[in-house]
Amino acid sequence: MSAFSAAKILSPPPFVARFASEKSLCPFLSSPSVPALTRSALRSIRLLRTPLAVSSDVVIGQKPLASSSSATQNEDVDREVALVLYEDMVLGRFFEDMCAQMYYRGKMFGFVHLYNGQEAVSTGFIKLLEARDCVVSTYRDHVHALSKGVAARAVMAELFGKTTGCCRGQGGSMHMFSSTHNLLGGFAFIGEGIPVATGAAFSSKYRHEVLKESNPNGLDVTVAFFGDGTCNNGQFFECLNMAQLWKLPIVFVVENNLWAIGMSHVRATSDPEIWKKGPAFGMPGYHVDGMDVLKVREVAIEAIARARRGDGPTLVECETYRFRGHSLADPDELRKPDEKAHYAARDPIAALKSYILEKNLATESELKVIEEKIDNLIEDAVEFADSSPHPPRSQLLENVFVDPKGFGIGPDGKYRCEDPKFTEGTAQV
Amino acid sequence: MLGIVRRKVGCEVFSAMKFSLALRKVLPTGSALPMNYSTATKEITVREALNSALDEEMSADPKVFLMGEEVGEYQGAYKISKGLLEKYGPDRVLDTPITEAGFAGIGVGAAYYGLRPVVEFMTFNFSLQAIDHIINSAAKSNYMSAGQISVPIVFRGPNGAAAGVGAQHSQCFAAWYAHVPGLKVLTPYSAEDARGLLKAAIRDPDPVVFLENELLYGESFPVSAEVLDSSFCLPIGKAKIEREGKHVTITAYSKMVGYALQAAEILSKEGISAEVINLRSIRPLDRATINASVRKTNRLVTVEEGFPQHGVGAEIGMSVVEESFEYLDAPVERIAGADVPMPYAANLERMAVPQVDNIVHAAKRACYRSVPLAATA
Repeated sequence: MSAFSAAKILSPPPFVARFASEKSLCPFLSSPSVPALTRSALRSIRLLRTPLAVSSDVVIGQKPLASSSSATQNEDVDREVALVLYEDMVLGRFFEDMCAQMYYRGKMFGFVHLYNGQEAVSTGFIKLLEARDCVVSTYRDHVHALSKGVAARAVMAELFGKTTGCCRGQGGSMHMFSSTHNLLGGFAFIGEGIPVATGAAFSSKYRHEVLKESNPNGLDVTVAFFGDGTCNNGQFFECLNMAQLWKLPIVFVVENNLWAIGMSHVRATSDPEIWKKGPAFGMPGYHVDGMDVLKVREVAIEAIARARRGDGPTLVECETYRFRGHSLADPDELRKPDEKAHYAARDPIAALKSYILEKNLATESELKVIEEKIDNLIEDAVEFADSSPHPPRSQLLENVFVDPKGFGIGPDGKYRCEDPKFTEGTAQV
Repeated sequence: MLGIVRRKVGCEVFSAMKFSLALRKVLPTGSALPMNYSTATKEITVREALNSALDEEMSADPKVFLMGEEVGEYQGAYKISKGLLEKYGPDRVLDTPITEAGFAGIGVGAAYYGLRPVVEFMTFNFSLQAIDHIINSAAKSNYMSAGQISVPIVFRGPNGAAAGVGAQHSQCFAAWYAHVPGLKVLTPYSAEDARGLLKAAIRDPDPVVFLENELLYGESFPVSAEVLDSSFCLPIGKAKIEREGKHVTITAYSKMVGYALQAAEILSKEGISAEVINLRSIRPLDRATINASVRKTNRLVTVEEGFPQHGVGAEIGMSVVEESFEYLDAPVERIAGADVPMPYAANLERMAVPQVDNIVHAAKRACYRSVPLAATA
């Protein structure tokens, strides 16, 4: 059994209330080796089995997703695309592994949250976006930044806290921003990025309708990434409502890795099936196997096209898993080893590799070449970051305001920012 | 329930005016006082000033849009955005659902990506539901992104006590927001302030918290032709000396400026010439003007409506101690609201907010130290 079809997670059409198999609904039950659910929890999950999801008329009129069986539409992926996807996922994985090493050597500090295991979601969505499209992420944002095009050197230097980082060392691991790549953060608070992403989508629609700036290829799309825990937060629901109300060009991507820190999704959520919350607000909700980059990509193509056309938002729930703890400080004792083993067997990179080799899209040695290239890239990034300077003292007071007169008027009656000693840090503030 | 309460607040604004005892039109009576309102030819209310400022900025820059509860079809909970929906359409004047966190965040996201939103909170008490976005995604972003992402957003709405609206609708947030680096906090008093500072705020590339006052909306102030010009703008970070004096400096902002001016009138009859400073900008605070004034008069009374602990007066007092200690002839007097959640009963509310007599007594204490300190809560 290939890694791909290890779990038959179907991508159900958004508004259909019944499902092909019981197993498909509850990700945790898809393999017999996943334990740890009490009988009563299982029972209550099964009770949810036939959701009488009453969707609004808006959604009912829509066509279902192209196909919904698991190992499919491989015809669409050609060699070039497959190699791009492979390289991007390998970049994400190797980068995060290097981060862990650097952290334990003391070069990185603070809160660092690694993305190992979830690469299929980032690669699946972001590689379909154009430069003008926005990505808004959470604190687990290194790989989103890399997929969106931020240089590995810049991200590594930022993590080391050096002045050559993408935010000059002022943001850190949890606050990656890049205006050139339209990466709008990097937020530490759960749910904070969702309204910001909705605002960026609003901005895109406003520009089109009010400022009459249009692009022949459609609206700029915003993709918001967030986790399963966030789906219990008020801001999430507020934004689902407003995004659908105003038909904003946004895709809400839930990276459901089943765990907050030590709190499992099932323990925290009354109805663990997050994709159902989309139709509750009138937008399509998809559930997709987030360990399979090709399936994610297929759903992403549809969702992004929908947004670009101006048809409004989509909620996509990707079932995925993080191989490491919540952060590098998390001992990760609450997750059972068999659950971890189950998902490790479904490693998205291994899956794509075996797919590529099966379909003869590339040879093993070509893939090795890619991996070596990435290895060198990461090492170069580390050397660059290591040899970069720390921020100078004068950087402390910079960038608080765009208009530095915001620091007010000094005792001599002139604007503080005009005092040359001010940014040197030698003036009294 | 909350929805009903809010509606009532909106409708009752006019009856509230009857209760606002101390608010008379502020005109310097008599003679030789320097008139800071130059050849006043026209009078407009603060409401009209804000409305015209919004109108002009929206017509000058198509990226400016207004968002908030009831700003469109209801013409604004306090009618500040009257007529804007008809003029600019529903794409630029957006009625939002009751989701402060959501729409403040949407405003911030729109500002990240190039627009210039004006987000209205029905009162700043409701901004507490959105405070994460004001502080974490708006104020800190330019710093965290090292200058890549700027947030040209304005959060505006009434702040402080109205009349009889109870504890959850009456808090003053000037000190809260002024605490945060990355924000600019403005508190207009007169119509001139309202127009000039709102225009400056909308044009400013940084996040601005614009604290109005509900009881001032209906107040008329004389304005010169210069103020009515569409390019009129006031500098952010500069206080205004509303009345010059020699014996004691009184700093105030928002509604308290009116009270301070009345107190100055009363004091002048007793031979104390008070200098009244209208702060206009709480962050950045115009420490230069305040200190220059204290160096002239040697005595300071700070007046604010909010709670006393960690308030604006505390910061001003410390600033004066740091920079002009040798010039002080008396300890700094701090007048603030009572250290209690705002009571509802009219007489208790009157006791919980500074009144003109409190300012007069404080100024006398600063001048002679002859009136004993009142009991503190």
